[in-house]
Amino acid sequence: MGKVAIAILCALAAGCSGGTAPQALSADDAAFQQKLQEQFLDAKPGSVIEIPVGRHALDRVLTLRANGVTIRGLGSDKSILSFKNEISGPEGMLVYASDFTIEHLAIEDSKGDGLKVNDGENITIRDVRVEWTGGPKTTNGAYGIYPVKSKNVLIEDSASIGASDAGIYVGQSQNVIVRRNHAEKNVAGIEIENTINADVYENTATGNTGGILVFNMPNLPQPGQATRVFNNKSVDNNLANFAAKGAAVASVPAGSGVVVNSNPKVEIFDNDIAGNHTANLIIASYFSTNYYNTRGVDPKYDPYPRAIFVYGNRFKGGGDSPDGLELKTLKTAMFGINGHFPDVLWDGYVDSKSLVNGLPPPAERICVQNGDAEVLNADGPNKYKNPKVDKASFQCELPKLAAVELPHS
Amino acid sequence: MQRSVGSSQVARACGLVCACALALVACFRTAQPVHFFAEGRPAKLSDWQIVYRDGGTLALNEGVVPYDLNTPLFSDYAHKLRTIWMPRGTSAKYDADGSFDFPVGTIISKTFYYPLAKGAAARDSNAVARTYDQSTDFSDKAQGERGLKLANVRLIETRILVRRAGGWEALPYVWNPAQTEAVLARTGDAKPLELVSDEGSKEPFTYVVPNENQCAGCHVADLKTKQIAPIGTKARHLNREYAYSSGNENQLLHWMKLGYLTGAADPASAPKNADWRDVAQPLDARARAYLDVNCGHCHNAKGPANTTALDLTIFAAPDRYLGVCKPPVAAGRGTGDHFFDIVPGTPQDSILPYRMRSNEPGVMMPEQGRTTTHVEGVALIEQWIFALRGTCDTAT
Repeated sequence: MGKVAIAILCALAAGCSGGTAPQALSADDAAFQQKLQEQFLDAKPGSVIEIPVGRHALDRVLTLRANGVTIRGLGSDKSILSFKNEISGPEGMLVYASDFTIEHLAIEDSKGDGLKVNDGENITIRDVRVEWTGGPKTTNGAYGIYPVKSKNVLIEDSASIGASDAGIYVGQSQNVIVRRNHAEKNVAGIEIENTINADVYENTATGNTGGILVFNMPNLPQPGQATRVFNNKSVDNNLANFAAKGAAVASVPAGSGVVVNSNPKVEIFDNDIAGNHTANLIIASYFSTNYYNTRGVDPKYDPYPRAIFVYGNRFKGGGDSPDGLELKTLKTAMFGINGHFPDVLWDGYVDSKSLVNGLPPPAERICVQNGDAEVLNADGPNKYKNPKVDKASFQCELPKLAAVELPHS
Repeated sequence: MQRSVGSSQVARACGLVCACALALVACFRTAQPVHFFAEGRPAKLSDWQIVYRDGGTLALNEGVVPYDLNTPLFSDYAHKLRTIWMPRGTSAKYDADGSFDFPVGTIISKTFYYPLAKGAAARDSNAVARTYDQSTDFSDKAQGERGLKLANVRLIETRILVRRAGGWEALPYVWNPAQTEAVLARTGDAKPLELVSDEGSKEPFTYVVPNENQCAGCHVADLKTKQIAPIGTKARHLNREYAYSSGNENQLLHWMKLGYLTGAADPASAPKNADWRDVAQPLDARARAYLDVNCGHCHNAKGPANTTALDLTIFAAPDRYLGVCKPPVAAGRGTGDHFFDIVPGTPQDSILPYRMRSNEPGVMMPEQGRTTTHVEGVALIEQWIFALRGTCDTAT
């Protein structure tokens, strides 16, 4: 009896402390991992580490610290590094290096981020697929492809599927191009955060909670600005938000096509944005995230989206079934059960100290010159009391941002 | 078929004999002087001659000085024998805040071991003791400083940090089952073990020996220089007494006397972290000492976790950068559904203890160096957060 009880307790305890025990690698996989780890340790400028065809099981993060290294597979559907049984990580691959290229391979089922590049310069990520193969789950790793604090970053022809936070997440970086990628079944498909000078184009974001996000978070040394989002398809991003509460993207309503939050100088043009049930485009301040508090947020942090320029996008459908009780109620009250929000949803927070004759200074306005597209001012500061649809107030223009040029692309 | 089985048995028997022969050699070897390798990666720990088998003891070579930290890093309840050695006539320069400036040739070793579990059948079982009691770890009498009593402990790994002309390098060595030698394991290792508490409860876990790059994961505290550096050899960690064979003495004073350290401040005025287990010391000082040594090597203004704006070093002001009411930046699912790193008075709503409690890669903090939960460490941090005042008002 006692023994049985103890066995049950042990089983329960094991369950609580992280689920099933990790499976040991096969002898072949263990040998492969050891050789690959040695290649990562011995890599020097000019080294090319080749990943052969096959699904290779690894149980430990691959860390690279040497500059000038290329990691190359034979295709993102052929050369696969699987971290399903990872015991030590949490990333799949962790890179602290510059002049780094990774291409033609896949990273699957890492416990944490798929590929994280921290503090690098001249980074190329090409035809890399990061995927959590069990579909969207809160227990999936947070970020798929995650360059952070990096400079001159190119992410192209890559994919992220199933990240429990953001699929392609560029944080605190400078000079970034994200193009021709595919983001699906993540909470946020593509997220540009606290980054200066980013071009996001020709990507497809579909089936995420939110398609393409441009955010500024507080307390970080670098506030972001100057992002161009153009020629993308952000379609049917209606996946229920499966991020853990408190995560940066947990506040994104399901059905968001493109979201700008607290970030200045964002230019959104020539995109196909369609079928996103909350709104095709959301422009919001940090106050709408529920994370604002005076003690924990740097008073120097600017929580407002300023200088947002929206034009030439092809909006279609969407706004017909917003996520969350407040937005649902608002939609039904204003547009009826069968109606829909306009294409652009703005939370209505403005920096009242900056207003000139009731409007932000010309250089800081939100300008929507996009054919018939209307803006709903949700009147967030007054708890959605006096929302109104408007178009005329947003007829303005802003200087266009320069294209990002990378020295290595 | 039968023949091949037979030949493999012969090979195994031969292997055993050879291993025994080597073990005997190891057992009865007299110590050579410590060997500083200016380059390369010696295949065996014994090549360095820092610690060596002397009968039933893991002995410390001449000039090899053991040390302890006021509050150590948690490593799955492993006990640690830390040593330092410097070439004759050289010494480290004191620094009040950072690691001392050590001369080329300095060799630091850290041997991770466990006392054997009470009543465990033999050392070949995976059972090791989960205890803070170190009273049976050391050899009884010593020429030089006391080593480890091998009858009472199981050696897991010894990490070498060596200061070469180009900077520090980290080399992990893993002890063999016979406990006669530790061999270089650049790509790390994983060992199934079972922690047995003083009360008899058992917790199986995988002890993970880091690979060389993972060593750098903690020992590169400045992402710009990318230089590996020791963590423990700072004034605030070392400023305490040690039971040397010559008697108890403050470690900073002892190092000064030996000529291993110059310019040290008087211990009474030198920085000193609290002992996290000493309940006679202020709760805040104990918690901050714990966070400093367990988290501060990444969570500092220049470290790999500076992407998070969370500073857990002893120097951080007790505000949002220490996590008070701070929304997480890139915690992902590590939030555990909580909104702020630390909510004063409410540890159960705080991300910090949630991540410390977790054993799941992707959630757990620190990210490496443990696979079990430091129950007593989590309790300390929870107690500390519980005592913090104020609220995180979310009003705009």
